[in-house]
Amino acid sequence: MKFDQPATLNPIDRARVVGKPVDRIDGPLKVAGAAPYAYERHDVAPNPAYGWMIGSAIAKGTINSIDTTEAEAAPGVLAVLTHANAGALGKGNMNTARLLGGPDIQHYDQAVALVVAETFEQARDAAKLVRVDYTQGQGKFDLLVGVKTAQPPKSVQGSPADTSVGDFDGAFKSAAVKVDQTYTTPDQSHAMMEPHATTAAWAGDKLTVWTSNQMVTWAVKEMAKTLKIAPENVQVVSPYIGGGFGSKLFLRADALLAALGARAVGRPVKVALARPQIPNNTTHRPATIQRLRIGATKDGVIQAIGHDVWAGDLPGGDVESAGLQTRLLYAGKNRKTTHRLAELDLPEGNAMRAPGEAVGLLALEVAMDELAEACGVDPVELRIKNDIQYDPEAGPKRPFSSRKLIECLQQGAERFGWSKRNPKPGQVREGDFLIGMGVAAAFRNNMAMPSGARVAIDGKGRITVSTDMTDIGTGTYTIIAQTAAELLGVNVSDVTVKLGDSSFPASAGSGGQWGANSSTAGVYATCMTLRGMLAQKAGFNAEDALFEDGMIKAAGKAIPLRDAVGREGISVDDKIEFGDLTERYAQATFGAHFCEVAVDRFTGEVHVRRMGGAFAAGRILNPKTARSQVIGAMTMGVGAALMEELVVDKRFGYFVNHDMAEYHVPVHADIPEQDVLFLDELDDKSSPMKAKGVGELGICGAGAAVANAIYNATGVRLRDYPMTLDKVIGGLAKA
Amino acid sequence: MTMTPTTLKVNGKDVRMTLDPRTTLLDALREHLHLTGTKKGCDHGQCGACTVIVEGRRINSCLTLALMHDGDEIATIEGLGSADKMHPMQQAFVTHDGYQCGYCTPGQICSAVAVLEEIEAGIPSHVTEDLNKVAYSDAEVRERMSGNICRCAAYPNIIAAIRDVAEGDKA
Repeated sequence: MKFDQPATLNPIDRARVVGKPVDRIDGPLKVAGAAPYAYERHDVAPNPAYGWMIGSAIAKGTINSIDTTEAEAAPGVLAVLTHANAGALGKGNMNTARLLGGPDIQHYDQAVALVVAETFEQARDAAKLVRVDYTQGQGKFDLLVGVKTAQPPKSVQGSPADTSVGDFDGAFKSAAVKVDQTYTTPDQSHAMMEPHATTAAWAGDKLTVWTSNQMVTWAVKEMAKTLKIAPENVQVVSPYIGGGFGSKLFLRADALLAALGARAVGRPVKVALARPQIPNNTTHRPATIQRLRIGATKDGVIQAIGHDVWAGDLPGGDVESAGLQTRLLYAGKNRKTTHRLAELDLPEGNAMRAPGEAVGLLALEVAMDELAEACGVDPVELRIKNDIQYDPEAGPKRPFSSRKLIECLQQGAERFGWSKRNPKPGQVREGDFLIGMGVAAAFRNNMAMPSGARVAIDGKGRITVSTDMTDIGTGTYTIIAQTAAELLGVNVSDVTVKLGDSSFPASAGSGGQWGANSSTAGVYATCMTLRGMLAQKAGFNAEDALFEDGMIKAAGKAIPLRDAVGREGISVDDKIEFGDLTERYAQATFGAHFCEVAVDRFTGEVHVRRMGGAFAAGRILNPKTARSQVIGAMTMGVGAALMEELVVDKRFGYFVNHDMAEYHVPVHADIPEQDVLFLDELDDKSSPMKAKGVGELGICGAGAAVANAIYNATGVRLRDYPMTLDKVIGGLAKA
Repeated sequence: MTMTPTTLKVNGKDVRMTLDPRTTLLDALREHLHLTGTKKGCDHGQCGACTVIVEGRRINSCLTLALMHDGDEIATIEGLGSADKMHPMQQAFVTHDGYQCGYCTPGQICSAVAVLEEIEAGIPSHVTEDLNKVAYSDAEVRERMSGNICRCAAYPNIIAAIRDVAEGDKA
């Protein structure tokens, strides 16, 4: 099915199953510890050998030699693989650095060897006996230095690096009220709970990897390209993924090394990255420097808005697209965005939950708070005042498909009790605590990706949906079951969902918050094809047939679904493809975050006391799992605001705090009750599901709401994330 | 390494094993007994995904060697319940969506079960105001559960699940 015209009334609109807060169908397996993750496939890959990755001890330079003799002689060791004996390897299109380094080294902890042994303990021990002799090169590790020679990247997520409309410089110069500030965000780590892990086995020239990967179709192609084998010879299986957030979008060293190890020793090999290897071996969200310039009238109407972004990456890498939302979020006739990319020799920067917007809004939405104060306009009101219903760069010819930012701000403010906020900072005290409230808008682009599925009904009427789509905690299993149940008129319990296997039809995969809408649209397309076939078999006109209560009904007759299917069963493959509706219409998701903090006036410690948000993201397919996505993302926003930072050692070029003791993420005690309101919205331009993504929207702006609340509480305006207590207390001392 | 025999009482059953003494309790469960419900998130006692209940107390099974538990009673997530026959805490996590990716979940559940027992036993925490009156509160649970990281951040849902079970226990 090609989706190239806005959807009209369709069977999803019956909403008997879709849109209901159904418990996760994979829930019982997960709470029982019975869902098999990548390193746990004793069922399908028995008697595996264990691989231990060795990462480079230098960030840039050359390996002169690797002495593996002692390691190879160690008890239980089966093989030691390095660039010297792994065979010729390619590089996947999506990897910036090679997954097995040597002789050239591109970043710290780039894999340089794999030790394979009978047991985990033996492999880990023998890894310490591998002697690597390096010549250290000169690396570039300091973004502040790198920006001096930063260049415009070829593109920013497929769009130009720079955009300009009207006369930004002139309009900013003559604006009555100006904000001109620079904000910084640090490198961040996904820190998903399950380390990158893979079990690999070969049967002849056919490779199977049981891995933890968000994008199964990509993984097949990239593995084939890296190993220089045919994609038909690669099967990727990834049914359960212990968190992704972008860290598992790509083929990574665990998968490649497990495949190489299994080929070398002729039996299954499994490799999990050790937690302290993850931040430097894999990808991270790159640090940014962002300058925001907003010029407005005295009452806060934006006349000029400019956003300049600097970020770094390895040679050949991409820029963090932090200016993109500024092209779309607020009105203003004169506008300008720029992105500059500095070459750095730090580990590879890449996508982390809402790449671009997550850090872009940390800057833009604090700048808006500063503008509100400068104009003496309420921050909620300021955002409402500068709403725009079309793409402000393209003009009215490109309207938003749906945009309920104003409603989110108004309803969110009402629920949160925003009217009780004292606009003057530092005024509200409770004992030793300074209390404040902050607001920020949420914005995340809506993308759509082609997605396929197989829907089969067996002779007993049981339905099975198979697709290589993944569930990274997003609730995919459940919403796909709901979609099939809705369209075929059965209960969710009548549907089995099989995911994450490259032998199933290729799907959108999980990334960029496109997964839920795209993959259920693929199931929709396939079910509609199936409905047509079944209606015909039943002798009905497909358009007239109603599928409900396990029956196909038309013309006053009702036939049990199972009878229409017949004893032999039926199976169909189909897919959704998207036309140019995302170009004709600006498609995005919107929201408003509210936060209340209490700041200890002696220690500067920030406690988040309440969070609330209102969100408009099209049809909410399952409000229970969607709410979980949003509160989880809000919490990651709290992490960004208050604690998350990979600290760069600028001498040696690596992230120092590379484990979960030193890279802090929010824990139970950091997070209060979180209130989430979903606005009623159907987006007929997004897909036949009329849904949009929601998994990333929740992080977008959340951290800025925390930052703005800190300012309202204390009068301390911080512009460098994370806002740790040393920075807060430094400001308090001056205030 | 000298392989060393040991006997663990796992989920009520005596299990005899001969182990490399470097084997953690976590790896003994996952790699030797194939009880993979207990998860390895960090292997350094930083995340709590490997939480099991040993002799009635929750511990990080990655931070202790299996041989140190000869004869000990060890309860894992598999011992609490199964997908078909869930423990009330497991059911409460499903009802309240107290998870997303599911990887920290067994550790959260083992911790949660033990936390309620700790409160019941009058063991105070950092946030207990009156050391002689230890009682359930959401703040107590948030504090005590803070060694179990959930990066998907189902935290309010996990608290709701634990509160449900605690209230059920009282009723």
